[in-house]
Amino acid sequence: MLFNQTESDNERMTQRSVTEYGYQDLEKLMSLMTGDEKHSFSATSTLDVIWTLYDSVLKIDPANPQAPDRDRFLLSKGHGPMAYYAVLAAKGLIAVDDLKHWGEFDSSFGYHPDGELIPAVEIGTGSLGHGLGIGVGMLMGLRLRKQNEPRVFCLIGDAELDEGSNHEAIAMAARMRLENLTAIVIDNNSASLGWPGGIATRFENEGWSSATIDGRNHEDIKTALTQSHPGVPHVVVAKVEEK
Amino acid sequence: MPATMRDAFLESTGRMLQKNPDSVVVLADIGVSQFREAGLFKYGGLSDEYSDRFINCGIREQLMIGVAAGLAKEGFRPLVHSYAPFLIERPYEQIKIDFAHLGLGGVFVSVGASFDASNSGRTHQAPGDVGLLKLIPDFEIHVPGHADEAAVLLDEAAAGDGRVYVRLSEDMNSTARPVEPGKFHVERQGSSGAPAVIAVGPMLDRVLEATEALDVTVLYATTVMPFDSWTLRDTGASEVVPVEPYLLGTSAAEVSGALHDRPHRLMSLGVRNMELRNYGTLEDHIEVHGLDAESLRDSISGFLAK
Repeated sequence: MLFNQTESDNERMTQRSVTEYGYQDLEKLMSLMTGDEKHSFSATSTLDVIWTLYDSVLKIDPANPQAPDRDRFLLSKGHGPMAYYAVLAAKGLIAVDDLKHWGEFDSSFGYHPDGELIPAVEIGTGSLGHGLGIGVGMLMGLRLRKQNEPRVFCLIGDAELDEGSNHEAIAMAARMRLENLTAIVIDNNSASLGWPGGIATRFENEGWSSATIDGRNHEDIKTALTQSHPGVPHVVVAKVEEK
Repeated sequence: MPATMRDAFLESTGRMLQKNPDSVVVLADIGVSQFREAGLFKYGGLSDEYSDRFINCGIREQLMIGVAAGLAKEGFRPLVHSYAPFLIERPYEQIKIDFAHLGLGGVFVSVGASFDASNSGRTHQAPGDVGLLKLIPDFEIHVPGHADEAAVLLDEAAAGDGRVYVRLSEDMNSTARPVEPGKFHVERQGSSGAPAVIAVGPMLDRVLEATEALDVTVLYATTVMPFDSWTLRDTGASEVVPVEPYLLGTSAAEVSGALHDRPHRLMSLGVRNMELRNYGTLEDHIEVHGLDAESLRDSISGFLAK
């Protein structure tokens, strides 16, 4: 539910809060960065998946976002991080006020996220095709430490999947049986040469478990992201409207 | 004493794995057989204590760097290793982003250098590796000239937490010099203010032979980044000849920077930037690039006579 901005809303939006923001507040949070007219809230392809991840899937303590036992979320895609920042703000992982300075020289919040600037962000991304390989390495490290709980979720775009580095990681993740790895492919049909046979097939051929779902349906997203996939990594292909 | 730099590398890696339980080796097939033969890990279920700290990605160099970065992110000290072109040039952006941009450290060890694989052709040669890594912030770059020096530099790299490149080669000097990471060694002191010749790594023996009749100070560099400006300045030299086993001119900006307040002349010697379509031996390639003792003597004498 969207709301009309009032003075009390303004006040509320400038305070850091752990629980009081809901999905309906994301548009207003995003508009702190983009302005009301500049960006179509509903057109943000990653919005519903990132919201569902932080609302009901990831185990991350806002008071200690770098705790060793946290789940790790990697926004490999890097582009268009307004939805990501808005969700982080809604969940108390960053201060809402900081969003107003998006893209400014001294801001920690740029057009691509930088993990060195934001404690709640795992890695700096923007150049495509880096997240999945790093995620494989993180899970190899967690395995060496015998930490079996933390999961790694890596969000990539269907066009980003063009990058060959992803396919290096897809092969190895399955061979290493990284069952704590979930790749999420936001599919808005923007890969220039397409994916004949479907995106999920590319992962399944390497031995991954897969689910292809409506990337706007929060229940479906949650179900797909929490389903059991013993012994193998899992891909969720989240289809959204075409770009 | 290790006979070759590669032997030194295998031994140093063994020490690293033993000393530091958070150290881990990430490979892309190259090096696997050498480590296996050295007994550091075994296949076929016959694992020894270090086997789980060798991660072989197959022939996937971008992934090798990404996986190493992920391990570094989780607090490990990764060592990545391959032939120089496949360690540095092929996954270059992964090094830039996954390590430097993410603020992570690791040990990068290459073999092959500029033309150890003289008869393998250009695909296996990487004279541009040091120049490329210089473009990435905060890389420490070591170029040992002897197996014993390699051991010192590799042990130091393993014990640190920064980004370190150790460039190993088959080409070696006859004897090792005392190595202090980050410092040039004054190999021969010329008269006060005499021209300085900076011999990098395996160039030293040839430089000494080339300059034996000349009044020059010979500095020996095994660390080229950071560049030891102070030792160069202290020579008082205003004529400088860096002799580098990789692309010529790679350290020219550092030499000029070190002498920024002193009028000076500089001649860079090193591997020429060319698409050399010849095979043959290491010696053949050293000669083609004018890096044999006789050619060096001619070049340096000619420069100093001007």
